[in-house]
Amino acid sequence: MTAAVLLQQVVLGLLIGGLYGLAAAGLSLVFGVLKVLNVAHGELIMLGGYGAFWLFALAGVDPFVALLAVVPASLLMGALLYHGLFAWVVRAHEETRIKNSLLIGFGLGLALHALAVQLFTADERAVTTAYAGAVLDLGGVSVPVVRLASLALALAITVGLHGLLARWRWGRAIRATAEDWEAAALAGIDVRRAYLLAFSIGTALAGAAGTLVSVGYSISPSIGLEWTLKALIVVVLAGLGSMLGTFVGGLVLGLAEAVSATAFGGPYREVVGLLIFFLVLVARPQGLFTR
Amino acid sequence: MSRAGVLAGIGAVAALAWLPVVVRRDDHLNFFVLVLLTVTLAQSWNIIAGYAGQVNLGHAAFFGLGALVTRSLWIGGAPVVAGMLAGAAVAVAFALAVGAAAFRLRGAYFAIGTLALGEILRITVGNVLPEISTLPTDVIAGYRLATRYWIALALAGLSVLAVAGLSASRLGLGMQAVREDEEAAEATGVGALRLKLVALVISTGLAGLAGGLFAFYHISYYPAHPFAPHWTFDAVLVTFIGGVGTLHGPILGAVFYVFLKEYLAVRWVDFHLLIFGALFVAIVLLLPGGLVEAGGRLRAAWRST
Repeated sequence: MTAAVLLQQVVLGLLIGGLYGLAAAGLSLVFGVLKVLNVAHGELIMLGGYGAFWLFALAGVDPFVALLAVVPASLLMGALLYHGLFAWVVRAHEETRIKNSLLIGFGLGLALHALAVQLFTADERAVTTAYAGAVLDLGGVSVPVVRLASLALALAITVGLHGLLARWRWGRAIRATAEDWEAAALAGIDVRRAYLLAFSIGTALAGAAGTLVSVGYSISPSIGLEWTLKALIVVVLAGLGSMLGTFVGGLVLGLAEAVSATAFGGPYREVVGLLIFFLVLVARPQGLFTR
Repeated sequence: MSRAGVLAGIGAVAALAWLPVVVRRDDHLNFFVLVLLTVTLAQSWNIIAGYAGQVNLGHAAFFGLGALVTRSLWIGGAPVVAGMLAGAAVAVAFALAVGAAAFRLRGAYFAIGTLALGEILRITVGNVLPEISTLPTDVIAGYRLATRYWIALALAGLSVLAVAGLSASRLGLGMQAVREDEEAAEATGVGALRLKLVALVISTGLAGLAGGLFAFYHISYYPAHPFAPHWTFDAVLVTFIGGVGTLHGPILGAVFYVFLKEYLAVRWVDFHLLIFGALFVAIVLLLPGGLVEAGGRLRAAWRST
């Protein structure tokens, strides 16, 4: 194997790593603020991908433009899911909350998966735009243009989110709630509204991630579990509290996968990430809240 | 378990043992094999999750290991029962090897950790053994569904007995104490890690046996298939919908689940998962005791009228 092959793998790994980061950002926000582990996050990504796919297939909307429709729609869906399901869970004590949210996410994920199979069939799909095949040649390393654009957008969204959480009045309220919800409530913050906003924004991030997945890669009703696991791995690697850190964690996972795929063969790329995930979890059994 | 309960159980097993003599249609008997397999798998999960309170989302790994070992030994010429016992032994050995590490994780972290373990095994087995496993023609020629049925009945009976024994014993009470509050249980002298490991051994042993039955029952399948997470998810759905941590819940849940699954599959693929996913969410939110609790409430309401 030559250095060029490895370099090519590394570039592709970093490109998908950006999407891992974006996928994890939503999960991390929801987990950090609501202390709710939504294992249906991957299914929300899947639905976002279908949103972009159908906008393109039926109306010819460019997938990057489709973000402008998919993201608000996901935001709305997040608000509905929060009111319908997760608002019930956040009433419980923290440990019960995580466990119940895991179970509810699990049931929700199964139901959304089955619904997607009914509505969209189990076929694998991807958005193939006119420019889908365009490739940049950087000194022997080829960089698919759509994936590069996706990475740039993922980074832009993450930076935007970081700014939102740092500057916006409600962004700061969300961070205060994540830090200590009782103190936040005493300081006059409407904790329930912070929960609602964080969950909706988390779902919107999933929608954005799904749109980008449907452009550079492919979607099917069954991708949910895989993306939930990727997001979980990144959250465990990067910890909570920093969206930029989560994005870097995504790049690290993409890189680790690329290197292990080159070393052990393509089929094992997933195994390495999962193994790291399990070992990090066991090494830090007190949980992910510690920073 | 009450004397009436024991008698009812013996009567039910005796009646069910007659079934292959009475039921002439293979598709009907297949339905019962699936119900019994689901009962075994659900009860095995019920022991670790319902009694010991450890939500194991990697349960399919143990089912898959049982299937893998049984299939290779049995096709290699060993008696199928020996193969199944070996499969269960391997499942238990793997459980003990990872159990000490996995039990450092609490609550939801245990759940996602075991989910990852299950996926690691599934992907690895799929990579190492990508070819479909089909029974040799002479084995297919001598295939008797009734034999599979009786083994399935024996396993389901064994799993129900194990749960019944646990719910009445000191061991089972200790597990429930760990489930309710691990620190408090430790403080009163209950060895939480030991009890969790015992629950894991019984649970994964039964799952391994169920996997062995799967390998004995199915004519052809991909070796990675019994490792697929949907086996875990089936057990979780059935146990919760029936009533987690109860003896009758997983039995009720299995009958209900397999019936709807087989009935709906004729027209809509995976449609049962939409119903059961939604039902599962509703039960977690509104009726944590599942069908068993619903039955109890109905009876109470009936009496008070």
